[in-house]
This record gives sequence, structure tokens and C-alpha cells, in this order.
Amino acid sequence: MKALISVFVVLATAAGFAQQAPNRSKPPALAPAPQLTLPPIQKRTLSNGLAVWVVEAHKVPLVQVNLLVHAGSGDDPAGKFGVASLTAAMLDEGAGSRSALQIADEVEFLGADLGTSSSFDASAVRLNVPAARLAAALPIMADVALRPTFPQAELDRLRQERLTTLLQARDDAAQVAPLAFGRVVYGGTHRYGTSAMGTQATLKAFTIADLRSFHTTMYHPAGATLVVAGDITTDAVLPLLEKQFGGWKAAGAPRTPVALAPQLTQAQVFIVDMPGSEQSQVRIGWVGVPRSTPDYFALQVLNTILGGSFTSRLNQNLREKNQYTYGASSRFDMRLSAGPFFAGAGIQTDKTADALREFFNELNGIGKPVSAEELAKAKNYIALGFPSEFETIQDLASHVEEMIIYKLPDDYFARYIANIQAVTAAAVQKAAATYIQPGKFAVVIAGDRKAIETGVQGLKLGTVRVLTVDEAIGS
Amino acid sequence: MSRRLAVIALMLLAVPLDAQSPAPAAPPSIQVPFRQFQLPNGLNVILHQDKTVPVVAVNVWYHVGSANEKPGRTGFAHLFEHLMFEGSKNVPEGQFDILLEAAGANNNGSTNNDRTNYVIDLPSNALELALFLESDRMAYLLDAMPPEQVNSQRDVVKNERRQSYENRPYGMASLELDKMLWPANHPYSWPVIGHMEDLTAATQADVQEFFKKYYAPNNASLVIAGDIDLDRTQGLVQKWFSEIPRGPAVEPVAPPAAVLTGVKRQTLTDQVSLPRLYLGWLTPRLFAPGDATLDLVSSVLSDGKNSRLYKRLVYDDQIAQDVSAFQSSGALGSSFLIVATARRGHTAEELQKAIDEEIDKLRRAPPEAREVQRALNQVEASFYRAMERVGGFGGKADQLNAYYFAGGGPDFFAEDLARYTSLTPADVQAAVVRWLPRDRRIELVVLPEEKK
Repeated sequence: MKALISVFVVLATAAGFAQQAPNRSKPPALAPAPQLTLPPIQKRTLSNGLAVWVVEAHKVPLVQVNLLVHAGSGDDPAGKFGVASLTAAMLDEGAGSRSALQIADEVEFLGADLGTSSSFDASAVRLNVPAARLAAALPIMADVALRPTFPQAELDRLRQERLTTLLQARDDAAQVAPLAFGRVVYGGTHRYGTSAMGTQATLKAFTIADLRSFHTTMYHPAGATLVVAGDITTDAVLPLLEKQFGGWKAAGAPRTPVALAPQLTQAQVFIVDMPGSEQSQVRIGWVGVPRSTPDYFALQVLNTILGGSFTSRLNQNLREKNQYTYGASSRFDMRLSAGPFFAGAGIQTDKTADALREFFNELNGIGKPVSAEELAKAKNYIALGFPSEFETIQDLASHVEEMIIYKLPDDYFARYIANIQAVTAAAVQKAAATYIQPGKFAVVIAGDRKAIETGVQGLKLGTVRVLTVDEAIGS
Repeated sequence: MSRRLAVIALMLLAVPLDAQSPAPAAPPSIQVPFRQFQLPNGLNVILHQDKTVPVVAVNVWYHVGSANEKPGRTGFAHLFEHLMFEGSKNVPEGQFDILLEAAGANNNGSTNNDRTNYVIDLPSNALELALFLESDRMAYLLDAMPPEQVNSQRDVVKNERRQSYENRPYGMASLELDKMLWPANHPYSWPVIGHMEDLTAATQADVQEFFKKYYAPNNASLVIAGDIDLDRTQGLVQKWFSEIPRGPAVEPVAPPAAVLTGVKRQTLTDQVSLPRLYLGWLTPRLFAPGDATLDLVSSVLSDGKNSRLYKRLVYDDQIAQDVSAFQSSGALGSSFLIVATARRGHTAEELQKAIDEEIDKLRRAPPEAREVQRALNQVEASFYRAMERVGGFGGKADQLNAYYFAGGGPDFFAEDLARYTSLTPADVQAAVVRWLPRDRRIELVVLPEEKK
């Protein structure tokens, strides 16, 4: 230690800074956490009633404009699973007077990025553009969102592309496992049991009329919001938006809520046979919670402890302690209705049964009281890391979208850190008792049946059924 | 893969883009507000202030990658990266991640052919914690490295390899490509993830040797970017890093010449539904003349619906599910790859014929001015987008280190953008002629295995 100090003094002198020697006996104490000051959301309305939410952020000369449509795959009618996703994908395949190729050419020439997509809960047309070219890009965006032409040739092309995507998913255990898990937990008729893209059967059957119908009924100003973030003022952007979106007069139809899926009642195990796999892709869980759950903050903390961070119990056990995997995790996928809760990992084939045993040890263990230290670590990880979620204009816009879709209160993000810090060990334990009941979980393993079946049977987790990929996710 | 996608920028002096004529008349002038200094032990330090959110990025590059590995120890640089998170003299095993998570931080590391980087993104009040942890593992890693530590991360890395290669469709082909492109004794010929048997063979002695040889401060560069006070941060860096002794100078890697003299063709089978074709060429190294041009060639070929290959194979003929072209740039050399997956009922030969016809068109005539300008306007916008985030892989801190490592100094932003904006359609044609010959390349085809 003495030698080090003397070296240090020489160097410090050379650098011209008065310094103390570093005390490495314990980590440096942290100063109080910095305050996050979020820019305000300015809410306006266009003449047709279309809501506009603006967050100004002037660091970089870019603007994000998102038309958020309050309808997604959850709004797919029975028998038409995949129509929301395909409708969104078709928006920029021809719109107004422009063809698909012209739209792509003009958008790229402006240095802009224009994306159309959907989730279970919403659809969106999102524009990211250098601020000086916003006025040039908005008319294209408005055409894409409001006046798609749905050309038959483009539908036929995207149909083949999507059928091929479904075909390719079957090659990959990391895609087969979640698809099979969704089907096991939700069944074939609940919307959450089928991929957002739909099935081969629905994709083959879609017509232009299906897309037009979804667009006409679900894309309308009373069911949409414009979200703006970036280097522009509210006063400057409103006239631009009024010009492009103020004349939108579609009537539209109300949404039909996704029914709450029935909960699983008994353990069941499915092996999806993928011969020759070097790893088993595992998903374990059941029906979780909707985004509106009153236990939201307790569940964030619970999942951080269980499988939502690197030092979580699942990752520490399955990766760091036992090396069965490159990483294990868990997640509550919260949607307007109750999405799945699942834990999962890619496990080396010969450790499949050992790993499942450890998964269940941790899933059972989370029901016991968590220590004060573990609780504090998880809460701080979420709360202190929160400011980093607001760095880019896309970050800002996506948080505003979250407020809109899930009808969060205006002070939601301002109160987020306090709400996390208020979670108690008792609340975590109560949430675990309610939402983590491993005795009723479904277990889906996409892997080499020949190598893993005996070991999995030996765990006696529940009835074990072996499925082909066809049986598991549909042919 | 190409740097352009993760292109940097610091603070652009606002030069508004003209909405009337999107073509940039001249590259925007770029100001790079950073402070650079070197500690007496050789550690290079770069500080950059950005107070948008109260977050700091601490980014360390060690100038060692898989290219520095010795025979029989492929994958070792990456395995070593994993060991860097397992504790050091004053940081008990597990505490590195626990302390950081408890402070609201995220951290990660990555290894490529040329370098190993470590990122910590954390609230600005916790900066000193990151400096304590980074300096402790730079100084005292070996004081806390029992042999079983190597074993545990060896098995984690083997599972990383299984997940990313063996068990991923077409995963093994990506390993085969480098073997075909580079001569057997060239360090880019082996995979960064390493061969399984070499991962098995790695020993505790290897860990000791590698750390002493490559993980000294004089072979590293530290960037701290974000919500910082420059003077205070400089003082903290001096406090935590000055005691670390300088190590031996690292010999630069001297790779053998790499030239393709003819066509190398190979066919693999995999558990996949559709055939895939890979075409590859050896091209100029990172920042050498031709490197940026080939980036631009890749955009003309496969960025957007109107790009040559996408429009021909995916949009018009619909014989491919996807096609991509990219310049993958390295310090010792680069490769240019075209990858396309056939639609059901179509073959790799059909794809190759269509790709060759499209490349021939560019060989014979330059692209339209608008095609090139469209790609350049995207490049320019990507400079703005890359300015938003300080942390993570590809954030501003990481890019400052990337430029420094490449030898241009951290303030290489204007020069980098100018590499692109100065290019013309004739340059694109010339690069295709010069670097993408049909008779000197590799051709790898992956075919679906016969169903058993």
C-alpha cells in the first residue's frame, strides 16, 4: 500500500491535481440521486378533434411524429387473426397518388424514416425526420396513414413474404417455443394464442376488402392520437399537422375489448420435438396480468428480483451458478387484457431436466419473503435507472404512447420513481402468491425429444405430451 | 456491421437541412466538444459533456480482440471478457453487477476481431462507483481469479455459442464464411466465439498471461460521456486509475497477406426450410480508401425497396425472402458480403444469377445520381440520430473510443462524414469494378437437410 501511495503522489503532482489516494476497502458512497426533470407534455386538438400531444426536445435537429391508432391485433375479428398487422404493413405499399416504390424513394431521399406497424394494443405510423424536412415529409406520412390504396399486387407480395416468415419460424427453436407456449396457454380461439401475424390459413384468405374494412372502421380521428417529440415548438408544428390531418373525417367504430383468458388450472408439460437441437428452448408460465393491474409496481419489483435483471435469481442460478444457459429471464407481458407471464431460457440439451428443476426451485422460492437488501437492489435498479429511458425523442414518444394506450394519469411518469420505492416486501410476497403459482404452470420445451424426454418425465412436473412442430404451432 | 449504421456524431453545429433541395451542398461542420488527456501510465482518457438527462456513460476499450489470439486458443479474448465481470481484488465475486444494479446502472461488454469494449450506463451521481469498479478490474483482476472461475464462464460461453450458432438457423454458415474468406493463418479466419475444443483447452495460465499482456492501461482507452463536470471527472479518473502500473507495449498484429485468387465454392446443409446464398469478397480495411465507397455500394444494392438487389430479387422477381449487402470493416481488413434467402421453390443458383446480373449493371454503368443522393441523405440523417444517446454499444461514448482506436483521434467526425458526402456515382461504379470481381470471391450455399 505504501508503495502504491508514493507512486500515486508522483503522478498526481505530474498531473497538477491535488488528490487523495483511492480507498478501495469499500465502494465509494453515492451522492444523492439526480432529479429527473421531464419536459412537459403539451396537449392540443385539431379542428376535427384529433388529439395532438407534443414534447419539445431541442438537442438534436430531429422530429418524431407518430400517428398512434388505438387498435391493434387485439382488435382482429374472429377468423381474421392477422388483419391488423397486415393492414399496418400495407399502409406504405401505395397511398394517395404514390406507389410503394415512390413512397420509399421520397421518404429515403428526405433522410427520413417512416415505419408502419402494429402491436396487440395499437397500430402506428411513425416518422423520424430532420427538422428542416418535416414539412416535406408530413404529406407523405398523412397519405400513408389516411389514404392507403391497398394494391392487390402488393397484398399478394406481402402475403407470400409473411407465409415464408411463418415457414422460417419453424426452423428456429427460439421462435417455436414462444409460439407453442402462446397456443398452450391461450388456445386457438383467444387472440393471444396466435401470433400477431396470424396463421397460414388466415394469411391465405385475406382480401383487399378485409384490409379496407379494418382501416375504415379502426383508423379514425376519435380513436387516434398524434404524438410529436423533438426539435420543434408546439406553435410551429400545429399548423403543419392541421393541414395534413385536420381534414380527416372518418367515423370509425369502437374497439371490442379482448376477453380475459381463463387461467390455467393444472400443470402440463409439452415437448415440441426438434431432433438434433443442441439446446432446449424452454418457456414456463401461464396467463399473467393486464397493464391496468393495480399490482403493476409490485410486479415490476417482483420480476426484477425473479428474472428481470442480470443479478436476478433465475439468471444467477441457471447461468452463473450452474452454467446451463447463456441467460435465463422472466417477464410479465402486460397488454390491454392479461398477457402471458413466462420464464425462459435456451438450455444445453443434456442439462434440460436439471435446468427445469432449478427453474421450479426459483419459481417456488419467490413466494417466500425477499430480503431487505434484495428488495432495495431491485427497487433502485428500476427507479434510479428510470431517467435513461428518456434520452432520445423516440424514447419520449414511446412513453407518451404508453400513457395514451393504457390511459395512465398525467403525473404517471413524475410519480413513477416514488411508486416503485413505495413497494414493500409484503406487497412483493402477496403478488408472488397471486401471480406465480408454479403448480399450475404450463411448460413448453422445444428440443430434441430423444435426448430429453426421460429426464423431463422423471421430474414429474405434470402430464408430458410430445408434439411435432406442426401440432404445436399449426401446419 | 458497417460503421455507418452506428455512425457517430457529437454536437453538429446546427446546419439546417434545406427542405427544398435535400441534397447537402456541403458536409455540415461538426464541432466535437471533448477533453482528452493521458495518465502517466499510458491510459488515454476522453471526456464529453451532454446534460440532456442525468446519465453518464463509462466506456472502456482494450485494444485486444480475437485477432490477438494464439493457435489453439481461439475464442479466448471473448472468454476473457466474461471473466472481467466476475470480481477483482476489492470487488467480491458477484458484486460487480450487484453494486451497479443497486445504483440503477446497466453494464455489458463485447468482443470483436480487433477490440474488447465495456460499457456502464448509470445515473450521474454514481459515476465514482463505475470508476472504482473499472479501475479495480484493470488493476487487480488476477487477485480474485480462482481456476473454477474459468470453468464456469467457459461453460457459459459454450452455451452462448450453442445459442448463437449451433442452435440458430444458418448459424454454422456464418462461422464458415470467415474460414473461406481469409487464409488459414490470418487471425480473421477463426471465429470470435472460438472453437469448442479451444474453449475447453483454455487454462488459468492463459488468463494470467492474457491479462498481463493486453489489459494494461497503456493498451486501453476510457471515455466518460454525459452529465459530468469536466474538471471533477478528470480528478476522479486520476484518483482511481493513476496507481495502475503501465504494462509492456503490445506488438501490433502482423497478418499475412489476404487475397482471393479465384472462386471458392462450398455447400453446407442445415436444418432449415429454405436455401441461402452468401457471396463474399475481401475489401479495404476500416477507413482505407474504398471502405466508405463500399458502404455506399451496399446501400445502393440493398437499402430500401428501390435498391438494386432488393427491387430485383424481393420486390420484382420475388425469388428471395430477403437480401442484404454490407461492408464489414476491420482494422486488418474488411469483407463485403451479399446474403440472400430463396423463396420456396427457388434455388441459390437463381439468386446468384440475378445478383450477378445486377452487379454487372453497376459494373457497366454508374448508378443514377438520385440513387446515390438518396443513400447519402440517409447517411447524413444517421449522423443526427447517433447524437441522441451517450451510452450503450454505438452510443457517443463508444464512438469516441472507436475513432480514437482507429487512429484518427476522437475528432474524426467531420472527416468520416466527408468520406461519404464526397462520393459520386462514378466512385460507386469504380468500387464495384475494383472490389467485387465475379472471378475472385467466395460462394457459400446452405441447403435444407433431407428430412429424416
